[in-house]
Amino acid sequence: MTKVLMYGNAAIGEAAIRAGCQCYFGYPITPQNELTEYMATNLSRRKGCSFVQAESEVAAINMVYGASLAGVRTMTSSSSPGISLKQEGISYLAACELPAVIVNISRGGPGLGSISAAQSDYFQSTRGGGHGDYRTIVLAPSSVQELADLTHRAFDLADKYRIPVIILGDGMLGQMMEPLEFKYDAPSELPVRSDALRGAKERPSRIVKTFTSRPTELEELNWSLFRRYRLIEKEETTYEIYLVEDAELVVVAFGAAARIAKGAIRNARANGLKVGMLRPITLWPFPYEKVSELTQTTKHFLVFEMNMGQMIEDVKLAVEGKREISFYGRPGGVIPTPSEVLRVITRLYYQKGLKTEK
Amino acid sequence: MKKVYRRPKSLKRAAFHYCPGCGHSIVHRLLTEVFDEMNIQDKVIGIPPPGCSVFAYHYLDIDMAESAHGRGAAVATGLKRAYPDALVFTYQGDGDLAAIGTAETIHAANRGERITSIFINNAVYGMTGGQMAPTTLSNMKTTTTPYGRDTRLEGYPIRMSEMVALVKGAVYIERTAVNSPANIKKTKKAIRKAFQAQIDDLGYSLVEILSPCPTNWKMNPLESWQWVENEMTKEFPLGLIKDTTRTKDSTGKRDAD
Repeated sequence: MTKVLMYGNAAIGEAAIRAGCQCYFGYPITPQNELTEYMATNLSRRKGCSFVQAESEVAAINMVYGASLAGVRTMTSSSSPGISLKQEGISYLAACELPAVIVNISRGGPGLGSISAAQSDYFQSTRGGGHGDYRTIVLAPSSVQELADLTHRAFDLADKYRIPVIILGDGMLGQMMEPLEFKYDAPSELPVRSDALRGAKERPSRIVKTFTSRPTELEELNWSLFRRYRLIEKEETTYEIYLVEDAELVVVAFGAAARIAKGAIRNARANGLKVGMLRPITLWPFPYEKVSELTQTTKHFLVFEMNMGQMIEDVKLAVEGKREISFYGRPGGVIPTPSEVLRVITRLYYQKGLKTEK
Repeated sequence: MKKVYRRPKSLKRAAFHYCPGCGHSIVHRLLTEVFDEMNIQDKVIGIPPPGCSVFAYHYLDIDMAESAHGRGAAVATGLKRAYPDALVFTYQGDGDLAAIGTAETIHAANRGERITSIFINNAVYGMTGGQMAPTTLSNMKTTTTPYGRDTRLEGYPIRMSEMVALVKGAVYIERTAVNSPANIKKTKKAIRKAFQAQIDDLGYSLVEILSPCPTNWKMNPLESWQWVENEMTKEFPLGLIKDTTRTKDSTGKRDAD
């Protein structure tokens, strides 16, 4: 396989096509437009495929719902304010156990906010941003390569667990160019789920619904969803660890922030500070166990996010008060530099009296 | 003995939960008669809305999937795009199609999506208890227009079918009613034509059906049928609104309008 140079947004589109995505529905919003445009150029005229520029994000996610009913791999993408609009549809997808991939190339909020990269949609993504008791798998890439890899994985996970999967990127990842390698070729035949709604031919008619006048029926749906969620937590939690073995201080960061942190940690190590990093790749399921395990070896945690502190709540749940946790964040679309994070790490390191390399 | 009346094959053996005099059960029956006659039961996929007719899937023996309120046309778009061999229809009320789902409806029509909408206009939100709908008549009392719909404050009854008829992608639109045997027959014919437009791959089709809601209108079934005839049809005149299914341009392609 050869390396190609691509924008993050385009890499997602290409990876989706190679994963067998058959239908894409989107609505323009910065900073993810290159993805919609990539699909218009490269998916819309493909045999058996369809692209629709919808009249709204609400319509787009409901088109995804329709295409998923028909048993095909389907996706939509947007950025923060547009993802808010999609929450209704995501709740219905989760309720009806329909696979779908939703890409959020997030930007600064709240409100119309800014078009610069931010991570302030962590709560919305990981807590189930719509109504009702449900979860979505949330994947947080931190490079263009990973955008492509996780896009493929998102489609596989969605089908495997019949669940909507969110790819939580940000404006920085979407807009930057990096070399990457596509590990899969587009399938020669597009996959169709066996439970697709395609007319009651040679089988009894099928209903896809959640509405019921019997609460116990809906209760059982909720229980069954949560049994599956427990399985996903067990099987699919993924993370990256970086120099944690001897680390006195562990930085917890995801996505673009983790890249920035990595640069800072490299320099901190050069200065003799024993710093490592845990980068959750699945934000839900969150690697609670790994964080908990790290409390045995590390003295202090620093959570670094491009927001006011959202993932820190999950870190706190995992640490259970066994270690102290500090936070550094820049909200609103401000992207901190590695040297800024290095200053934070260094100050914290000495302030807490952590041991340096001899 | 010759059977002159039977349950359509596409209609499940289940007792309707609808109120006495309600139009839904008639429309359900008409739909299934059309499915049988056109032999499309195994191709049709229905998208019922939230509301009284969410339970349409208890009666229609076809593939069905519920939709969020107002999103029927978008869901149908996705389904049809993913699987063009299906015959996809939405079944929507006036609040669903003409208030919360206005954008989805107009744009699906404008794209000429090969889908059909069955639009039940009963001038109120039925399942939620008789609130004002976009189609509520002027001066009509509902639970949210207790003094009667004041057009100065609450706007006018909206003629959705006429609005949708303005977009090129809509090829067949007719308004009918289910308040008399003659109108019921016309409704069935319109439903048939709407599905034919989809089978012929021509564009978006819509049948608006004036349908009695005696419970929320606080009338008995007979009064409600008469009210459709005497009051509703004044605001919502029955008949063909648009039909470009036969039009062809010089190249032999069908012209949109």
